[in-house]
Amino acid sequence: MKRYSVFAIAREAMRQHAGWPRAWASPTPKAKYDVVIVGAGGHGLATAYYLGKNFGITNVAVIEKGWLGGGNTGRNTTIIRSNYLQDPSAAIYEKSRSLYETMSQDLNYNVMFSPRGVIMLAQTHHEVRGYQRTAHANALQGVKTEFISPARVKQLVPIMNIDGPRYPVLGGLWQARGGTARHDAVAWGYARACSDMGMDIIQQCEVTNVLTDGGKVTGVETSKGKILCDKLGGVVAGHSSALAEMAGFQLPMESVALQALVSEPIKPCMDVVVMANTVHGYMSQSDKGEMVIGGGTDGYNNYTQRGSFHHIEETVRALIETFPMISRLKMLRQWGGIVDVTGDRSPILTKTPVEGMFMNCGWGTGGFKAIPGSGWAMAELMANGHSPLTEEFSMNRFRAGKFIDESVAAGVAH
Amino acid sequence: MLTLECPYCSIQADETELHAGGEAHLKRETVGSLDNDFEDYLFMRENPKGVHFERWRHVAGCGKWFHAARCTMTLEVFGTYSAQTLAPPKDLREKISTKRPGWTWRAFS
Repeated sequence: MKRYSVFAIAREAMRQHAGWPRAWASPTPKAKYDVVIVGAGGHGLATAYYLGKNFGITNVAVIEKGWLGGGNTGRNTTIIRSNYLQDPSAAIYEKSRSLYETMSQDLNYNVMFSPRGVIMLAQTHHEVRGYQRTAHANALQGVKTEFISPARVKQLVPIMNIDGPRYPVLGGLWQARGGTARHDAVAWGYARACSDMGMDIIQQCEVTNVLTDGGKVTGVETSKGKILCDKLGGVVAGHSSALAEMAGFQLPMESVALQALVSEPIKPCMDVVVMANTVHGYMSQSDKGEMVIGGGTDGYNNYTQRGSFHHIEETVRALIETFPMISRLKMLRQWGGIVDVTGDRSPILTKTPVEGMFMNCGWGTGGFKAIPGSGWAMAELMANGHSPLTEEFSMNRFRAGKFIDESVAAGVAH
Repeated sequence: MLTLECPYCSIQADETELHAGGEAHLKRETVGSLDNDFEDYLFMRENPKGVHFERWRHVAGCGKWFHAARCTMTLEVFGTYSAQTLAPPKDLREKISTKRPGWTWRAFS
């Protein structure tokens, strides 16, 4: 792999940029791999990357039905934070956030991590108590957050109306090292690093069946033929139930559409990420100047990657009291992704009833921020059979009643 | 905008008038049930890519719960029917079989 550097840019500038190699190869699949990962989104590629980097397992294929990073990895609002309430969540999300801090250097790929700070607004007294509790929990977990006053919120976000009659701002949970990153670059960076380690990234290759023998996984049937493997990782977000069905088990999960939108680009006006969970809206400003806005999920099962327009309307309506200036903005575009929502709204990183098959799913509405931590933990789970980060996220927790009661703490917005 | 016919009011109701209630025809478990059965009832879901039977409530109308058969891949609505039943009506299942040969959904297909 040719390293990207200022010298490489200078060298290429001298020769009309003719010497840049392809960032990753597009090989034809081999007959057999040690590990096959289904899904070349952020989580799948990160899993493959840490299998190679941390465990030296590089005979790996990452199979993707569409194109690399074309699912939820390219359809989110790129928010990164780790201010969760429960210990298992804080552990994996903070691991993830800390990996984002050094990701660009680690991958030699600029993922534009921008730790600009994330505020979660407290707009009801219930939320004030809830976020104060989270701030205390975070202090014990070693996650740096603080509960800040309305005046401090106003200072951080001058465009905000903190005296709204219906939802006044009563404070906020502030994570100074939360922020955003360039979502596509995260997938591209991991793909390039995986390809460099000799892994095969196989795009436009749909898995049509999971092959098992005596309760043990032996490979997958795909649109490009049969690919055998010793271990199989399913990292397919909204399609996890479909993959599980091929392998003969069910997941405690439903797939629904989550939408987001951006406004027309405007001058810089807000340099932090703001989440307003009471009204179900969150907003940040992209480097291009667009206001990036997200809200809650649609209510019904859906695989179409598009949602109902009235949810967009509700999200924007909810934010207008707090951000009066956005009422004059035009919407530039809107999109939807299919998110996999579990019974307790927390992810599943687990062994499955099929020996040798693992699932990493259920990240629901908050997967982007978790990409490196999820990949790190999933790689450890697949290599060693267990990982301290995934113990609590087993699919068996629903039978045992050991839920990770995070949906209230996280609200709907992620 | 998703539009479903409320089988009680017999009117076309917009999605904004309705509330989605998740998978239909779950077998309710109760005192004495096994943990596995409770897990199935409370958490395990078909979540099919295709034909889905689901509960809806006409919240801004008659307030009644009803069932709908819908395709999660195309959002096509095959039909709606009363909630006072344990399985989708036969004519609806036949209609779905015509449109989606080989569909599967528990024992109903």
